Parts: sequence; C-alpha cells; structure tokens
Amino acid sequence: MTENKLPSGHTRIDTLELRGITKRFPGVLANDNVNFEVRSGEVHALLGENGAGKSTLMKILYGLYDPSDGEVFLNGKKITIESPTDAINHGIGMIHQHFMLVETLTVAENVALGLPSSRGFLTDLDKVSQRILELAEIYGLKIDPDAYIWQLSVGQQQRVEIIKALYRGAALLILDEPTAVLTPQEVDEFFIIMRQMVADGHALIFISHKLHEIMDICDRVTVLRDGAKVGTKNVSDITKSELANWMVGREVIMTRDLDEINRGPSRLTLENLACDSDRGTPALRDVSLKIHSGEILGLAGISGNGQRELAEAITGLREVTKGKVILEDEDITHFAPGKITERMLSYIPEERMRDGMIKNFTIAENMVLREHHISPFAEKGFLMLKTIARHSDDLIDKFGVKTPSRETKAGSLSGGNIQKVVLAREISRKPRVIVAAQPTRGLDVGATEYVHAQLLEQRRDGTAILMISEDLDEIMAISDRIAVICEGEIMGIVPRYEATPEKLGLMMAGVVPEEN
Amino acid sequence: MRSRLDSLLDALLPVFATFAALGVGAIMLFILRVSPVEAYGALWEGAFGSTNAMAETLVKATPLLLVGLGICIAFRASVINIGGEGQMIIGGILATQIGLTFTDWPGWLVIFAAMVAGFLGGALWGGIPGFLKAYFRVNEILSTVMMNAIAVQVMNYMLRGPMIDPAQAEKASKIPQTARLLEAFRLPRWAPTRLHAGFLIAVVLAILVYILLWRTTLGYRIRAVGQNPHAARYGGIRVRRHIVTALLLSGAFAGLAGAIQVYGVNYRMITDGSASGFTGSAGFNGIVAALFGQLHPIGTIPASIFFGALLVGANKMQRVVQIPSALITALNGLVVIFVVSSEIWRRRRQRQRLSRDETDDAPPSIAENINTSKEEGSA
Repeated sequence: MTENKLPSGHTRIDTLELRGITKRFPGVLANDNVNFEVRSGEVHALLGENGAGKSTLMKILYGLYDPSDGEVFLNGKKITIESPTDAINHGIGMIHQHFMLVETLTVAENVALGLPSSRGFLTDLDKVSQRILELAEIYGLKIDPDAYIWQLSVGQQQRVEIIKALYRGAALLILDEPTAVLTPQEVDEFFIIMRQMVADGHALIFISHKLHEIMDICDRVTVLRDGAKVGTKNVSDITKSELANWMVGREVIMTRDLDEINRGPSRLTLENLACDSDRGTPALRDVSLKIHSGEILGLAGISGNGQRELAEAITGLREVTKGKVILEDEDITHFAPGKITERMLSYIPEERMRDGMIKNFTIAENMVLREHHISPFAEKGFLMLKTIARHSDDLIDKFGVKTPSRETKAGSLSGGNIQKVVLAREISRKPRVIVAAQPTRGLDVGATEYVHAQLLEQRRDGTAILMISEDLDEIMAISDRIAVICEGEIMGIVPRYEATPEKLGLMMAGVVPEEN
Repeated sequence: MRSRLDSLLDALLPVFATFAALGVGAIMLFILRVSPVEAYGALWEGAFGSTNAMAETLVKATPLLLVGLGICIAFRASVINIGGEGQMIIGGILATQIGLTFTDWPGWLVIFAAMVAGFLGGALWGGIPGFLKAYFRVNEILSTVMMNAIAVQVMNYMLRGPMIDPAQAEKASKIPQTARLLEAFRLPRWAPTRLHAGFLIAVVLAILVYILLWRTTLGYRIRAVGQNPHAARYGGIRVRRHIVTALLLSGAFAGLAGAIQVYGVNYRMITDGSASGFTGSAGFNGIVAALFGQLHPIGTIPASIFFGALLVGANKMQRVVQIPSALITALNGLVVIFVVSSEIWRRRRQRQRLSRDETDDAPPSIAENINTSKEEGSA
C-alpha cells in the first residue's frame, strides 16, 4: 500500500478547499463568499441553523448546484464539479439527509445502481454483494445485501448509503446530519466507524445540529450564519455553549426544568396491543401503556423496534392484530384514520415529508389536511377558502413559519419550517391526545427549543402526549415518564427523575431492569 | 419568488413550443417540395378562415374538451385513463337508446336524460378499471385499454342486432347503424353552421371542473390522493375510494362526449367496426389536449380548440397542397413532443428558482415521470 492510498484501495484526498463560494437564488443569497477547507484525517463540522446555507454549500461541492461564483481546489489543483458523477470521480461522496435509495430494490441493487456491470448487459449482483460484505467487514457496518430497502429501518438505510459511497471509492464523505436518525448506541457505533475512517485517511465533513456530537467527534468546526461564514475554530478551543451562541448569534437556553403538574385521568390506553410490520412479521407484541392527561410519556428505543408501527397502530394507519386502543372511554381500535382524527387525536408523523404533508400543496392547503372536510373549513362539500386563508395566516404568524406567503408550496420550505407547519396544524386543533414521533429530528437548536416549548404548553393544557424519540437527550429533557421499547415489547417504564442514560441504554438493548 | 416575467414566460412556453414544432414541420413540408407558407396558410384558412371554418373547429374541439376534462381529473389523482374511446362509445350507446326508446317524451327531457345516460355509461366504463385498480391493483392503463376493446365489440353487436335501424334490418345490406333521432331531440344548432350547444355545455363544465378540483373537498381529496397517498391517508382520506371516484368521473366526461357527439353531430350511431369510426379518436386526442392545457380544466379549453383547429385545418391543407395525411399525424405528434419537452424545461427553471436547503419537487406536471433531473440522476 502506498502513502496516499486508503484501505479501500482508492486515492486519498489530502486537502479539499472551497474558495469564495457564492450561490444566488432569485431573491436569496444562499452562500455568500464562503471559504472552507477539509483535510485528510480530520472530521470537520459544518454548523449552522436551518437555512444557514450548509446544504447549499455541500450540494455545490457534490455537483448538485453550480456555484454563482467561487472555485474548488483538490490537493491544491483547481477542479470543476459539474455533476455528482464528477464529484464521485474526484472521490467525494455524500450521505444525504433524505436518503437517495430505491425502496423497491435490494441493498445490492441500490449499490450497483448507475454503475457499469463487469458483465456488460448482465448484472453482477453476486460480485457487488461480495464487495459490500468486504466493505462492511472493514468498516464494521452490519448489512444484508439481499434485503429490500423498504424492509430496513432508517438507521439501516443510512448504513446502505455509507456503503454506497464507500463502494464508489469515496475518500471524502459529506455526512448531512447523519446522527439525526440514530440511537445513542448507534451513534456510538457510528462514531467508531467515523474514527476508523479518519484514522485510515478519509476526510469527513460532518453536518449536525447536535453540539455535543460536534464536541465529541470533530477536530474543527466551521459555522455558517445566513449564508456567510462566521469562522473556523479547533473544537478543542471552544466550549459547547460558546458554540451554540456562535451559531445562533444570541444566548441559548440549554436545559429546561419541568414544572410539576398533577397528572389527570388516563386519556389514551393501550391494552395488549399487537400488530405486524410491513414485512408481515410481528412488530409489536403485547404493548400496554396508559398516557394521562397533562403528561408527556417518552418512548425511547433503538430505531426499528416497533416505534413507527406503534404510532401507526394508534392512529389507525396500521391494522391492529390484537389488543385495544382506547381513547378516553371509547374503543377506537379498528377505526379509520379520519374517524380517529375527528376524536381529537393529533399525530406528528416521523416521516413528515412523506406522511405529514403534501409537498405540492400550498401551505394553506396543508394546514387543513386533517380537517379539510370539517366546518369551518368546509361547508356542504365546498372549501371555505377565506376561512382557510385566515386560519393559515394565523398559524404562520403564531408559529413563526418563515415563508413568502401561505400560497407557497410546502415542499419549498426548509425542514424546520415544514415541522412548524405540521406542528401548527396538529396543535392548533386543541387535541385530547398527541402522538409525536421524532418531533425534532433534523431540527436545529432554536427550532428544537421551540417544538419542546410547544409540547410543554400542550402538556400544561392537559393534553396527553406520547413522544416517540430516538434522541435520549430529548426524551430525558421533557418526558414525565419514560417507557423503553425493544423488539416490539415495552421493557419497562421509569419516572424521569430515576432515569439515567445508562439505565435507559440497557433497557433499549433489551435488558429488563430488576424489580425493586 | 417568481417575478412577473418568469410567470409570463412559463405561460407562453407551450406557444413557443408549438411554433418550434411547426418549424420542424416546415422542414418536412419542404422535403415534400411543398411551400410551408402555402401549406400553413391553408391550415389557418381551413381552421379559422370563415365563420363556417371556425364553427367546424369548435365542433371538433367539443369532444376533445370533454374527454380532456375527464383526463384532468384522472391525472390529478395520478390515475392514467386511456379508456376515453370506450367510455365515449358506451356513453353514446346509452344516450342513443334513450332517444330511440322515449319517442313520446318532450325534446328537452330526452336530451337531458340522454346526457345523464351518457354520463353514467362513461362513469360505469371508467369506474370498473378504477375499482379494479383500487381494490385489486390492476394496472389502469391495461384495463382501460382492454375496456376500449370490449366497448367496440359491444357497439358492433348492438348496432348489428338489438339497436339496428328497423329500415336497415329489412334490407340485405344491413348497415350497422341505429335509426335517426327525432328532430326534436337534437341539440340546438347555430345555423347555418354545424356548431351545436354541446360546445357551450363543455365550456360550462370546464368551469365546473375547475371549481370541483380547487373549491370542493372532493377535489381537494382527489388531488391529495394523486400527490401523496400516504399523507392523504394520514389526513383521513379514503385513498382507494377516491381513486375509483377519479376514474369514474373521468369516464363520465368521456361518456358525455359520446352522448353529445350523437345528439349534436351525427344524430345516430353508426359503426365502421372500429372505435375511431364513432369517436374520431377524441378519446385519445383529448388526453393530448389536456396535457397541452397543463392538466388544468380552463387551460384545456384553448388547448382543445387548438387541436380542433389542427384537425380541421389539416383537412384543408391536405386538399390544397396535396400532401399525405400521415404528415398531419406527424405534425400533431411534433406538437406534443415539443410541448412536453418545454414542460421539462419549465420545471428545471422552476427548480433553479426555488430556494435553499430541502427543495426539490415542483408543481404537478405532465413531465413528472419523464423528467430525469440532475438531482435524481445522481448516484
């Protein structure tokens, strides 16, 4: 092995430099004269709030956007990147925040997609699988090459994305909020993989909102605000709260105390609930939970242990095979989703881009997705456009959605604003129960703070909230009680003041706590 | 944010595309040693040159518009209805039967009942594939095409047997056609042209379809189901039921087109054994008109007139400059290709205009499935 080779056999990238990158969209300056440099053997964090221009910058580096101005230098030589193919040929790989996988194809097929086969017109999937297993071995990524993407959890899908990039010989990897979808344990494993890659000479660009992760894993950090670079520093030279203030440009509250609230009667009761996964295998076994008025029950667990199925079973989107869902005194087990909505159960879905909103509908139309057929938004089958408009303007204003107008297509909003739209819609109905799945996934510090404040306000108003999250910090921050799910079973419920990350971590791994 | 200029450019794109298509057509005419100026002059003359020509254009546009309206509804629900031909036929048969049966009813009532019968017949013929798609996952492209074949055979059977003109039944020739409708049962005409009230009905319905799609909960649901069935289901919308509804309505408009063809133009049903003998291929051309009209009911009005004009004008052009009729078909095809391509270009421009982080899709588009963008093309 020569000096500048990686274990995967590809050439190392010693330095990659972006100089004076500017990207203008009509009416928006997404990047303003940004300089950025990353070296072999380092993890370089790119930090900034939603809309600060991180993704735009990385899309330019990956050839998805052409910069309006600026240059890219690879190992000191100027290069032009006009397409992702160019980027890949230069050894640059990207793991997108929203995965670029074909759900109906297998892992191996996804990896092979777009690459020439060694057998001409015939596929060489057996060879691809072989190589996937090799790479998986080197980097410690557990994956079954023959599994279909739709069968995999979000965490597993991410591993497929990483394998895909490595397979194509990525020496520099852009990781766009990679940990947003992982559990603490998975994050730890992922960090081990990252450290391994860096030690081997890879260069990593790490986009994240989670400050402690940046402190943990990164060597340097570059902060963007409103499209412009604020600066680059060594992580060892800066504290977490300095970093937060630097990013937001103001003081940020990092922790929050829960005020005591008297728990009311049980609003949502699950009795021995069971249902199947998309694959037809049991996803939930015998789940019994009571969620009371005025409490947040946090449901912690590793991705893919039945959380999504649980949320869908409660909201009527998935068939219940056994057991009951009881809302106050009414058995709503086999009700259609619309019926359940009408009984004032709100649901903030995990995949909000897919399930929670219609990208090509306007914000106003999305604001009434759940109640488009109910007075005052509809009368005798006609939409009351004026009422809908007034309602959306209200919510846009009240929830601070950043948008040119209510007629803007929802799909053109940033992640944080999309979540605000969903949140506004679900909360403004004054629901009896809220099921919130990963409510702050992919949101920055400011937006997360906001979502939590909203949920806590609902709690104060007596709403029963089931908050499903893979982020232990979040679970510990705002839950009254914490239930842990593992392989479709509830491992136990602990009050917040008794919970520690270690204890929860063990339960998430399937260890039942001792009775005492 | 879109500037005024951008919007204007977008709206005019199909027009530019049409000119570009005519430009390529001019080259083809040139190769055939025909003067493009003379040929296009004849085309214009044939379509708009006289009151009568204009009336003929609108007569041709009427079934295109009606079928196109149905296509707008179906495509908004992401359902593809290729069954306009069959739906028109069934609508035509039922409507004709009304006129032949209730000869003692007042004219207005028969016309009304016939329109309703046509509407329901088309709805049935569209609803069956809809039901099969929603509940048994039968591909609607296949099933609607198959339903076309069945409809043709139903027509041939009916016109040779139960519905045959009694006068023909006695003759040896046995031409497969029904008796003529009574004069009182015919849609009012704007004499001396052949322009009939059906065109007016179609325009009014275009406005109603616009209202249906954007002002009613049903339209909201149809569009939601078409855009994102997951989110629609989450929103309490019964996805399968609305897929059926969309195809049902889509078929109904085609069925109505069939009824109006009989009551406004032919006054009887006659078959040459093929579907196009009755429909004039409006069941297919209506799809093109709807696409040209950006799948918008109001946009489909000028689009239908445009294609009506192309059909009528082409006849004249063919007579005047003596060119093969295949060239007309080719010209039609060119227009479609250019318009669809311009749609892709429009989408790309839109994408560039959209801002920042997580943007990717643009409004519903006829080029949705053809467009391989830079982003989606990435590995």
